[in-house]
Amino acid sequence: MPWTDACATDAIEEEDVIRWDHGGRTYALYRSPDDQFFCTDGLCTHEQVHLADGLVMDHIIECPKHNGQFDYRTGAPLRAPVCTALRTYPVRVEGTRVLVDLG
Amino acid sequence: MRPRDYSLRGPDARRAVETGLAAAEWYHSEIPRKTMKDLMQRRDGPAIRDTLVWLGAMALLAGTASWLWVAGHAWWSLPFWLGYGVLYGSGGDSRWHECGHGTAFRTGWMNEAVYQLASFMMMRNPVSWRWSHARHHTDTIIVGRDPEIAVMRPPALARLVLNLVGIPDVLAALRRMILNAAGRLHPEEATFIPPSEAPKVVRIARLWLAIYAATVAAALLLSSWLPLLLIGGPRLYGAWHHVLTGLLQHGGLADDVTDHRLNSRTVLMNPVSRFIYWNMNYHVEHHMFPMVPYHALPRLHALIRHDLPAPAPSIWAGYREMLPILRRQLRGEDVALRRALPPTARPYRDEFHAAPVAAE
Ligand code: FES
Repeated sequence: MPWTDACATDAIEEEDVIRWDHGGRTYALYRSPDDQFFCTDGLCTHEQVHLADGLVMDHIIECPKHNGQFDYRTGAPLRAPVCTALRTYPVRVEGTRVLVDLG
Repeated sequence: MRPRDYSLRGPDARRAVETGLAAAEWYHSEIPRKTMKDLMQRRDGPAIRDTLVWLGAMALLAGTASWLWVAGHAWWSLPFWLGYGVLYGSGGDSRWHECGHGTAFRTGWMNEAVYQLASFMMMRNPVSWRWSHARHHTDTIIVGRDPEIAVMRPPALARLVLNLVGIPDVLAALRRMILNAAGRLHPEEATFIPPSEAPKVVRIARLWLAIYAATVAAALLLSSWLPLLLIGGPRLYGAWHHVLTGLLQHGGLADDVTDHRLNSRTVLMNPVSRFIYWNMNYHVEHHMFPMVPYHALPRLHALIRHDLPAPAPSIWAGYREMLPILRRQLRGEDVALRRALPPTARPYRDEFHAAPVAAE
């Protein structure tokens, strides 16, 4: 699968997340405090809530509903009520564009 | 009145899932992402200050009360016990709540430490109640789904009144603690606690049971009420404030709707009550945006008040609007309070609610 162009690098603020809908699915794109980009599935694994409405703190995304937390670099669940890992996707930056490998 | 089955495994639970009321999409007021991000920011400062005041005041009050008690001035110790009790049996409720959301402090271990302490004080298993409260936020006042509906229909009046001194809650908590300590979950708990978490529930229940048994043993050994006045007892004699404010959260309002403006109540209160209650009087705001910490709720309130029904101006006013509805529900009427929205608000979307809310 080729890399898919997702957004411009400046579309995401530092230590923040945006929602990205593509091909009938929804994803979350992150920009970490150390200026790296990451992509995960867009919905929380607890109850299908958009993570892009949540809060990014360091390398953690907090779900806006019940404060379930994931490490968005690996998708690992870090705090109840989330128990299931979040799917992650490789990301690459080309110039000012963020590209995602949706596998 | 339509009969309601509040158990989590009964016909109403099935109906909620079938009609899409469970885990539904809820209404929320519009807030720009930048503002929301700012509101959600964690800080340690306010919660450290409040926790020092809270624990410091408890230590001071309990110390003075115990000293007077031991010196034989039981009557003089009474006001100090009452102060200590409210901070323990009601202040503990809001600390349990805020730290359970993980929003009170920025630093994780501080949230967790206060959460564990407050859970113990309120006799709420910190594992089970984390899950039950998550469900309360997903399915707020959805009959058959929400395990934390305080005012049912018809209202169980005796239970509500007795809970002002914590009796039904403490009896239920002790029964549950003993069941959990025996290594078992209640079947209702099993509907919202994943099996992987069960051992943690059991561990905590055993530890707590040991602490309460030691407290009772100390009281017997010393032939004194003192240990029980300090530990466990305040969950009874200090519970009234959290029940008084807690009943206002959703009492007399709609059930089975997906708009917190219809089922939750914001009440403006005096600063002492707000300290004890840790700003949970902004209850519509809290439910709409549960990740906004308690100290940012007044700011959130100011930002979205144009989209919400007017808050009750005082605890007293809240009761004045709630009690007549509860009285009618007791008589068997299927009514709920439907508060008018200001002209600036987006209207209620009745088409999304399973049954229209009876107008009042
Ligand atoms: S929906 Fe994300 S933690 Fe519950």
